[in-house]
Amino acid sequence: MSLNEVQDEIISEFSLLDGDMEMTVFYIMELGQKLKEMPETQKTEDNIVKGCQSKVWLTADLQNDKLYFEADSNTAITKGLVSLLVRIFNGQSADTILNADLYFMHKIGMERFIGTQRSNGFASMVKQMKLYALAFKTKIEAGK
Amino acid sequence: MIGSRLLTELDIARLREQFPVLNQQVNGRDLVYLDNAATSQKPRAVINALVDYYTGYNANIHRGIHTLAEKATKTYEQTRETAKQFINAATTEEIIFTRGVTEGINLVASSYAKVFLTKGDEIIISGLEHHSNIVPWQLACGSNGASIKVIPVKDNGTLDIEAYKALLSNKTKLVAVNHASNSLGTINPVKEIIDLAHEVGAVVLIDGAQSGAHLPIDVQALDCDFYCLSAHKMYGPTGTGILYGKKALLEKMPPYHGGGEMIKEVSFEKTTYNDLPYKFEAGTPNIADVVAFHYAMTFILETGREVMAAHEHDLLVYATERISQLKGVKIYGTGAEKLSVVSFTVDGIHPFDIGQMLDARGIAVRTGHHCTQPLMDRFKIEGTVRASFAIYNTRKEVDQLVEALERVINFMK
Repeated sequence: MSLNEVQDEIISEFSLLDGDMEMTVFYIMELGQKLKEMPETQKTEDNIVKGCQSKVWLTADLQNDKLYFEADSNTAITKGLVSLLVRIFNGQSADTILNADLYFMHKIGMERFIGTQRSNGFASMVKQMKLYALAFKTKIEAGK
Repeated sequence: MIGSRLLTELDIARLREQFPVLNQQVNGRDLVYLDNAATSQKPRAVINALVDYYTGYNANIHRGIHTLAEKATKTYEQTRETAKQFINAATTEEIIFTRGVTEGINLVASSYAKVFLTKGDEIIISGLEHHSNIVPWQLACGSNGASIKVIPVKDNGTLDIEAYKALLSNKTKLVAVNHASNSLGTINPVKEIIDLAHEVGAVVLIDGAQSGAHLPIDVQALDCDFYCLSAHKMYGPTGTGILYGKKALLEKMPPYHGGGEMIKEVSFEKTTYNDLPYKFEAGTPNIADVVAFHYAMTFILETGREVMAAHEHDLLVYATERISQLKGVKIYGTGAEKLSVVSFTVDGIHPFDIGQMLDARGIAVRTGHHCTQPLMDRFKIEGTVRASFAIYNTRKEVDQLVEALERVINFMK
């Protein structure tokens, strides 16, 4: 699936919640629970995303020129939110990630259920993922 | 207006009508506001006072000779008189208007501790303090070489008074503790703390941020040297508060800020300072909020502190009983003397998640370290969920909180 197809899929899933805040929060946490377990050994200081109110760990790997992220958080809602990014970005090329327009955030009304502080944290996660994409792109181009 | 008895549902319903903000829905449900230790809501009398001031007699105070300035000055000074009565100060010269407790403490740290303490002197604070009753003293000690000692906190969230006695010595020059803890609700034995400090010749500052709306305050009976209050935690406006100081101490302290209002005469060679309390009130003050603060204190006095305390205690007992029965809950702060604050953690669920899930049901609580990181470190936790009650809260709201917590806990298991 293309990156935008994944975004559209998420938008359609959230539309079923009909704007109910409690259902939405529960759903986000459920998504977090389904996220692939991150090995404890990866939860290091180096892998912490700076600028998040909760603790968020993020690692990235390159397979066949595509990026694959793993993430975890000490809070369930943040873990659910980061799981959305992992789902959108995994299996995409560095260029696709760097050029991604994450319109799903606005479409699912994310600003309604994450406060100002979490918004900043979420922006930090996106930035960190794009930084990984940039680093891998540089590495791929250097290898050519 | 209301006798010294437990308020009925009708009494509370009438009280709630005075607080327009409570009458709204959040996320599709009636707002349940349980974040009163952070800031309390404002009765209509306070809101009206702000509107009346700006629509009727906004003017700069003290030096104007026109009618509006005279009215503004009179109402501003009326609040000082009310505050004097509210805390039973000896004179209005001992009532300094500040931006709130934080500024009051900074004023004393800057104009007293920094000036009169030297290397080798000690300041005693407690392990229950808010960052605003820690950092100003660290700043003062950074420049005068004095050091800070800390009264340890016992497992039940009360202060270890025996340890406090052991810390006191002739090196102790200042003791600064809160009247009640914002994080746990613990009410400290301030009279005993003050008397013990005075025995070694130390002055005492009491941080009254949490007590202002909930406990009787008599600065002369307490014999404290400084006492700080924030209006916004007492049903009053944000951005104003009081520093009480004993007159003899305030007189010997140098000004905190320089500017208009605080001077007697200024030349380029020399400035003489105004008398108390104006010496500490440089610049145009927060007139409107000070004016409205009078109505907040009047609201407390007319409702009756005993009536308020009885109702809030009833909520505390009820909430403690119900919340402690929930699976995996641990309550922090279980001392005998407590304000109406329930601070707790739930096994395996981060406080932020609980806070957000409660908000999804229209329930406002505070989550995190509550600006008391050393206290959280003491209990080896990142933070708690804190429900703090005020006069307008009800048992039904406690039930709503408990029901929402049950849903969260069941979902997470």
